[in-house]
Amino acid sequence: MGPYAKEELLACVIARLVGDEARHAAIGAASPIPASGCFLLKIRNPGLRISLLQKRHANPFTEGSRELFDLAGQGRIDVFFLGGAQIDGSGAINLVRAEGRRFPGSFGSAFMYPVVPRTILFREEHSRRTLVPRVEFVSARGEPAALLTGKALFSWQKERRRFRLESFHPGSSREEIAEQTGFEYDAAPGVAQTAAPSEEELRLLRTRVAKQLAPDYPDFVRRVWAIS
Amino acid sequence: MAERPDDLAALIPDGALVAMPPDYSLPSMAVVRSLILRKAKNLKLLGVPILGMSADLLIGAGCVAEVETSAVSLGEAGLAPRFTEAAEKGEIVVRDATCPAIHTALQAAEKGVPYMPLRGVLGSDLLKSRKDWRVESDLLIVPALSPDIALFHARWADEAGNVWVGRRRELATIAHASRSTYVTFEEKRPGDMLEDELLAPGVISSLYITGTAQAVRGAWPLGVAGLYGIDDAHLALYARAAKTREGFRRYLDEWVLTPRKSFSPA
Repeated sequence: MGPYAKEELLACVIARLVGDEARHAAIGAASPIPASGCFLLKIRNPGLRISLLQKRHANPFTEGSRELFDLAGQGRIDVFFLGGAQIDGSGAINLVRAEGRRFPGSFGSAFMYPVVPRTILFREEHSRRTLVPRVEFVSARGEPAALLTGKALFSWQKERRRFRLESFHPGSSREEIAEQTGFEYDAAPGVAQTAAPSEEELRLLRTRVAKQLAPDYPDFVRRVWAIS
Repeated sequence: MAERPDDLAALIPDGALVAMPPDYSLPSMAVVRSLILRKAKNLKLLGVPILGMSADLLIGAGCVAEVETSAVSLGEAGLAPRFTEAAEKGEIVVRDATCPAIHTALQAAEKGVPYMPLRGVLGSDLLKSRKDWRVESDLLIVPALSPDIALFHARWADEAGNVWVGRRRELATIAHASRSTYVTFEEKRPGDMLEDELLAPGVISSLYITGTAQAVRGAWPLGVAGLYGIDDAHLALYARAAKTREGFRRYLDEWVLTPRKSFSPA
């Protein structure tokens, strides 16, 4: 790993995944890394609208989360992020229970995943515990745009209904990904190392993005950038 | 006539279905503490659409039999420890839902129709456990839901019996759908807020309000936008303490059962 935090690398990958065509990205509960990636992208692409559901000051919604789901139902949200206690090779996610343990619950995932055009799956932990052959409970099912973990980036092959390894992050390897992934996947012909953040991206993350994130994710900003 | 949060808690009967907002949307923590003090039993909580510390406190204190919600979490402070343990040990019934289905059920009740359709959800295992949901023409059909009680906090109440929740207008839907609505508030305003064109859009009319009681800092340790923020340090303290039953007991002793320490933090 280079002279940057893993969170910074992941935020840069998120920014690339959201992409320049996106007009409106929505971000749900407890998602500081997706939020960092979107704020970073917005510096380059000021037309991107970012709706933080739990924004504490100047919240964009005047009818709470209902408005977020209504917007999605109409097709007015292009990109959303979902995680999972478990994620399987068919793209299903589980936010409810696994191995006897209870997790918070499905949130809006059962609705958002099939309804929003681009759902990016994001889970920092990359292990056989989280990436499983089959989830124990399907909170939601849909067509993911990609799966990003703390170790690798997978694309989704709609026709084959399988993930494809696109890149592994600096510090990891093809072998480690094979070792730590519980589901079967294909590999892109030129699987390479995930591109590291540029100097400019790091500068923007540590200044403008950190400042924008601080009011809503104080712990995260303190931990990653030592700013409060 | 209710005067204090304790009076509102006394009006919420054991076994009632109580609809509450998430931690970020004006929970009445004052009445939550009063419900614990009055040893409420067998409450059924409805998270609109998720719950956090408010539910975790009530569950840990043994006030809850059932929770219908899309999630229970302390957000950045992590898992809700008392909910998690109670669910894992089967001490409470959890009716798992997904956020827009809860909004839709309340909107159906608001309109007085028996059900309303919703997109999405069809590929989810939630359908297997929710026998009350059905599928028609590739749409999820959600039955109307009328909670016994809506419970939340507001910035203001006025002499006409209205309350002001500002941009948190989803609270109006909870009030419209519920049989009774109890609200704690920060400050009392003279007159009628509906006469003020700028305040009126954030008002829930007295038509829907069953009882109010003043509770200064009544959302603490959660926040009231524009007045006081979420007390993140306290949430972190709670998350650590509540990891064990003993730690939770000590938290209750210090912050809930000791008279009103909780109203006067810095």
